[in-house]
Amino acid sequence: MHYFNVLIVDDEEDFLETIIKRLNKRQVDASGALSGEKALELLKEKTFDVVILDIKMPGGMDGIEALAEIKKIQPLAEVILLTGHASVETSIEGMRLGAFDYLLKPIKLDDLLKKIAQAIEKKDVHDQKIRSAQIKKLLKYW
Amino acid sequence: MKTSLYTSLQRKIIGITLVVSFAPLIILAVTMYYQFAKTCKNKTEEQIEYRALAQAESVDLFLKERIAILSAMADTHTFNEMIDEENLSNIFNVMNSRAGAFVDLGVIDSAGMQRVYVGPYNLKGLNYYDQPWFADVMSKGVFLSDVYMGFRKLPHFIIAVRRNENNKSWILRATIDPNILEGIVRQAQIGSTGDAYLLSKEGIFQTNPRFKGLILSQSNLNTSLFGRRVTVVELENNEGRKLLYAGSWLKNSKWLLIINQEPAEMMQSLFAVRNVEITIIVFGFLAIIMTTIFTTHLAVSQLQQSDATMQELNAQLVQSDKLAAIGKMAAGVAHEINNPLNVILQKTGWMEDLLEEEDIKKSENLEEFQTSVQKIEEHVERARKVVHNMLGFARKMEPHLENVDINDTINQTITILENYARTNNIEIQADLSGKLPIIASDQAQLQQVFLNLLTNAIDAIGKEGLVEIKSRRLDSRICISIKDDGPGIPAEKQKNVFDPFFTTKETGKGTGLGLSVSYNIIEKMGGKIRLKSQVGKGTIFTVEVPIVAPERK
Repeated sequence: MHYFNVLIVDDEEDFLETIIKRLNKRQVDASGALSGEKALELLKEKTFDVVILDIKMPGGMDGIEALAEIKKIQPLAEVILLTGHASVETSIEGMRLGAFDYLLKPIKLDDLLKKIAQAIEKKDVHDQKIRSAQIKKLLKYW
Repeated sequence: MKTSLYTSLQRKIIGITLVVSFAPLIILAVTMYYQFAKTCKNKTEEQIEYRALAQAESVDLFLKERIAILSAMADTHTFNEMIDEENLSNIFNVMNSRAGAFVDLGVIDSAGMQRVYVGPYNLKGLNYYDQPWFADVMSKGVFLSDVYMGFRKLPHFIIAVRRNENNKSWILRATIDPNILEGIVRQAQIGSTGDAYLLSKEGIFQTNPRFKGLILSQSNLNTSLFGRRVTVVELENNEGRKLLYAGSWLKNSKWLLIINQEPAEMMQSLFAVRNVEITIIVFGFLAIIMTTIFTTHLAVSQLQQSDATMQELNAQLVQSDKLAAIGKMAAGVAHEINNPLNVILQKTGWMEDLLEEEDIKKSENLEEFQTSVQKIEEHVERARKVVHNMLGFARKMEPHLENVDINDTINQTITILENYARTNNIEIQADLSGKLPIIASDQAQLQQVFLNLLTNAIDAIGKEGLVEIKSRRLDSRICISIKDDGPGIPAEKQKNVFDPFFTTKETGKGTGLGLSVSYNIIEKMGGKIRLKSQVGKGTIFTVEVPIVAPERK
C-alpha cells in the first residue's frame, strides 16, 4: 500500500492521543484535531486522504456540520464517522452527505484499520479515474 | 371490593328505575279509581233520583185519578140521589170497576152526619163534625188524609170532596186501601237491599217498608232534609250502615216518596273495575321489576367487562410508556458510557502494543500484564454488549417486513440452542402446526424473541427437564407457546418480568433486557406476550402474532 495520511477529529483528548500513537506505531501518518474548527484549519493547510470524525462533540461545531465543511474544502478526502450511541439516523444522514462509512464506539483498532484500508482503496479507484480522465483530456489536445 | 361497587351501582339503578316507573303508575291508578268511583256514584245518584221522581209521579197520578173520579161522582149527582143507598151502592160499584182501590163510600151532610154508607163496616150514622178533616174539606173542597186507624182500627186513608148544591154543602167521602198504594210504591225498589215507601211530613210510614218498620210507625227520618223536588242524601240507618236515600215530595206536598239503597250494591261494577285495575297493576309491577333487574344486570355486567378490558389496556399502556422512557434514557447513557469505554479500549490497546517491545518482554510479570490487559478488554466488551442491548430501546424498532415462516424460524432457533440444552440434559420438544400461513413480519426480530424465551426456559430449568414449544393458528393470529417444567415464577414477581433490567439470573449472566425487548418487539408487531406460571409446576409464555398477508410482488 502506498503512502497515505489520516486526520482524526474527536473531543476526547485521551482517545485522540492514544489512537494517534497506536496508528503511528503501525506506520500510519496520523494527525489529530480536538474540535471541528481545528480540523477545518488543518484541512485548509494540508490534504488528507482519510478523515475520522466523531459525530457527537459537545460545544462548537457538531460532526455533521463539520462533515459538510470538510467535503467543501477537500471533496476527495474519505470520511469515516464515529458514533457513541448507534444513532442510525444520524449515520445515514452522514452517508448521504458523502461519508464513506461509520463505526460504533468503542472501536477496535483492527476494525478501524480495515475501514481505513477500504476507504483508501475506494479513493485510489476514484483517483485512478480522475487521472485517466486527465490523461484522455491531455491526449485530446495533444 | 370491586364487586360490591358494581352491586351497589346495580341496586341504585334498579331502585331509581322502580321508583320512577312505579310512582306515575300508582298515581294514575289511584286517580283513575277515584274518578271512576265519582262517576259511578253520580250515576247511581242520578238513577235513584230518577226512579224516585218517576214513582212519585205514578203515585200522584193514582191519587189524582181517585180524586177525579170521586169529584166527578159528586158533581154529577144530587144530594137526594146520593142518599139513596141503592144508588150509592151503584155508584160505588162503578167507581171500583172503573178505577178500583176504593174500600167504602159515604155521604156526609153539612152537620157532619154520615147519612149513607156503602162498605164492609157499619159506619152509618157516625158524626164526623168534630174530626179535624171535616172542617178542612168544608173550607177547601178536597181533602186527602194521612193514613190513620180511625173508627175501624185498620190503617187507611180517605179522600173527601165537597159539593155545593143550592147553598147547601154535602161531602162525598171514600176510603182507599193503602196496600194498593204500597203496591205502586214498591215497584221502585230494586236489588236485594233496595226499599221504597211513603212518609208523612212527620216521618211516619204511610206504606209498609220492606225492612224494619210497619205502617204508621215512626221512621226516624228527618223529612226536612228533602227539598222541593227530588233530593238525594247519604245517611246512616238505624243499624249504622250507610244508605243512599232519594226523596221526592208528592204534588199535594203531604207525602214524601223515599227510595233507599245500599250504595255498595249499586257500585258492583266499580269493584269489578277496581279488581281488574289491581290485577293489571300487580302484573305491571312484576313485569317492570323483572325487566329492570334483567336489563340492569345486563348493563352492569357489560360495564364490568369493558372495565376489565380497559384495565388490561391501561396496564399495557403503562408498560409501553415505561419502555419508551427507559429507551430515551438508554440512548443518553449509551453515549456517556461508550466514550469512556472507547478510551479504555485504546489505552489497553496501547499497553498491548507496548508489551511487544523488547525490554518489557524480559520482565518476569509479562504474562500477568498480558492477562490483565486481556481481561480489561474482555470486560470492556461485556460492558459494550450491555449498552448495545440497551440501545435496542433507543432504536426505533419498526419491523422490517419480509416473508416469514414461523415454523422455520422456530426450528432455526432450536438448532442454535440444541447444544446448550443437551449439555444441561434438557430436551426441547417442538409441536408445530402444519397449517400456518407465511406472514409478513421481521424474521430477525421474531428469532430474537424465540431465542430469549427459549434461553429463559432452559435457564429456568437449570439441569434436566423438558421445554415444549407449540405453534397454532387461532383465527387471525398465530399463537406460539413455550412451556418449561422449571420452578415457576411467584405471583408477586410475574408483573415485573417484562420490566427492563429485571432479572432473576446471577449477576453477569443476564442483562434483564431479554423479556422487555421481546415485549417491545411483539407489541410493535401488533401482537401480545402473556405469561402463565405456577410455582413448582413451571411457566408458559404465549406469543400471539397477527397474521399479516405478505404483499404480492
